[in-house]
Amino acid sequence: MVFSIRFLALPFLLCSSVWAQTVITVAAFPSVDEVVRAALPAWQKKHPNVQVKVVSREFADHHTAMTTALSASSGLPDVMTIEYGYLGRFAQSGGLEDLAQPPYAVRQHQARFVAYAWAQAQHDSFGQIALPTDIGPGAMFYRVDTLQKAGVKPEQLSADWESFLGAGKQIKDKAGVFLVAHARDVKDLVIRAGVQAGEGIYYDAQGQSLVGSAARFKRGFELAKRVRDAGLDAKVNAWSNEWGESLKRGNVTVQMMGAWLGGHLQNWLAPQSAGQWRSGPLPEGVATSWGGTFYAIPKKSAQKALAWDLIEHLTLNKAQQQLAFERFNAFPALLEGQAGAYFEQPVAYLGGQKARVLWRDTAQKIKPSRVFRNDPIAEEIVNAELDLVLTKGKSIDAALADAHRLVQRRAQR
Amino acid sequence: MSQRLTAQAWAPYVLVAPFVILFLVFGLFPIGFSFVLMFQSWDPVQGVSSMKYVGLENLSFALEDPLVWVSLQNTLWLAVASGLPQHLVAIPLAYLINERLGPWRNAAMGVYFLPYITSTVAIAIMFGSLFSTDYGAVNAMLQSMAQWPVLSTLLPAGNVDWMGQPGTIKPVVALVVFWRYVGFNTILYVAAMQSIPRDLYEAARLDGASGWRVFWHITLPQLKPMMYFGVTLSVIGGLQLFEEPFILTGGKGGIEYAGMTTAMYMYRTAFEFGDFGLASAISWLLFAVILVLTLVTNRAFRVKGG
Repeated sequence: MVFSIRFLALPFLLCSSVWAQTVITVAAFPSVDEVVRAALPAWQKKHPNVQVKVVSREFADHHTAMTTALSASSGLPDVMTIEYGYLGRFAQSGGLEDLAQPPYAVRQHQARFVAYAWAQAQHDSFGQIALPTDIGPGAMFYRVDTLQKAGVKPEQLSADWESFLGAGKQIKDKAGVFLVAHARDVKDLVIRAGVQAGEGIYYDAQGQSLVGSAARFKRGFELAKRVRDAGLDAKVNAWSNEWGESLKRGNVTVQMMGAWLGGHLQNWLAPQSAGQWRSGPLPEGVATSWGGTFYAIPKKSAQKALAWDLIEHLTLNKAQQQLAFERFNAFPALLEGQAGAYFEQPVAYLGGQKARVLWRDTAQKIKPSRVFRNDPIAEEIVNAELDLVLTKGKSIDAALADAHRLVQRRAQR
Repeated sequence: MSQRLTAQAWAPYVLVAPFVILFLVFGLFPIGFSFVLMFQSWDPVQGVSSMKYVGLENLSFALEDPLVWVSLQNTLWLAVASGLPQHLVAIPLAYLINERLGPWRNAAMGVYFLPYITSTVAIAIMFGSLFSTDYGAVNAMLQSMAQWPVLSTLLPAGNVDWMGQPGTIKPVVALVVFWRYVGFNTILYVAAMQSIPRDLYEAARLDGASGWRVFWHITLPQLKPMMYFGVTLSVIGGLQLFEEPFILTGGKGGIEYAGMTTAMYMYRTAFEFGDFGLASAISWLLFAVILVLTLVTNRAFRVKGG
């Protein structure tokens, strides 16, 4: 890729009028690429002679390309966008600048960021390997028209899990639709609540599996099974076509996800249901996050000063953080970006609800949890065992014991 | 004179050099590198220097990994369920096209070949929507057929969750693979049939052989070399199956990993879970399976061919 960019840049370099122009590369995935492009007019006023190449790839392709670039130590961009799920692995690469060190010295800005997002980009050995730009505070989205039809109050969904399931049964009986898309959604939330300081979701501070011992797993499995047994889930996976259709047609009443789902619902998932969706807190006041985006500087970058200047603009500039939220639903990781009139404004799509304030409150309550490089496979193992519980009637204790063994086996590698 | 000789002596090497260089870089090096990786612990993100020799640990981990065995079972199931019908259908179809279609033969071959050259992604997405549970054409058709008196007892009452049940994922994937490659095999067999000497057929007809007997005693035995070729391709291709199940199951293999092939698991181990050593070990295990089954195919056709 870098070769092709260099070749493309060649005619420009030969042209004397732009001879002095410097090029920096930003590698990003949608819609962070859009956020970066939207930031450029303001940033380039300060750096008129710097050309910024935004290399966009699809989400998975981007991270595969960055994996390859880090492994080969070539083809690295000057600014690397990293999604939360990949932080654990990329941190361990040792190929990213420690931003806590001079000249970056980002620790002075620590208090300006949402605490958990800041902590996620910290690594014991490699320091502050990235800066957060947007976060995904968890929120519940529900169809208010379905609730009315079923005679369910929104508070019933947010109170506790018993009340949530009770509401689900009422919705099924009276409105004839499903409570959630998949029973797994409930498990995902329960296992994220009550993660102790220093722990990850699946591993403790020493990197040992928690799947067999932490009570949250057992509770998550039990609740998911009750959801399935009561026929409250549509058995569709998030981001599948079926899921999109279910949300569009109102076949699923509740979707718990990052606050950014509001933007997806409005823009493409269910634009015609404007005014019928609302957002509320998650059951039992669970404060958790879905994803989040970070910027890092590869050690191999030849333009670190400019890269850092751009990252500063993207992450520490209040106006830019707010622009990204207003235009691309990128919820600010910068606390200053979470203030202002825009947050207080009613959201028309959500029936005039002041939902952004609610999401901000959640963001402030989220506790940091550690990210481990084996998290993706651990998640996979736990989900596969849950499937066996839900479809084959495998006992929860046996499933968790098996999952624990497999997760631990990976941990020892 | 001697200079010219030298140039002439070098010429063949220069001419084959482009291929040899490309083969070394993109063919031999990755194979050799993956062999080395089989004995290393390596997450590529950490750079080449982080590679650590672990001996046979990757192989023993792979052999004890339940997912490797599940994926191998899936792969074998899919290879048989999609491969066997390809040939059972392609041979009679080729006979029909070759003997009966006359001027329409080339057009028919083109139509059957079309799925083979169509993008796998487009095919998988199309089948994915056909087999969608609530909004798919297949379920809609089954539902309307279930209204008919006799069929109502045979067909399922509700929508079938094709991609959401372990029991239906594999048949759907096998169907897509079958649909995609049956045309390719048909073309192979038509080509083979065209090379069978016509006088064999004429002699048989003069002797009063029926169409069926001609097919059974002349066409089929003459096709044996092509069958060997076609079946070998199906065995190798079937065991390396990746794209169709990957896209149909959203890259994860579906519920209970019912649609996860070994090639998929290998890819995921490397690129999702960052364990290139284990992925290399799985790839060499898969190679061993393919080698054995190819030898079995070879033996089967040799014995039968006498």
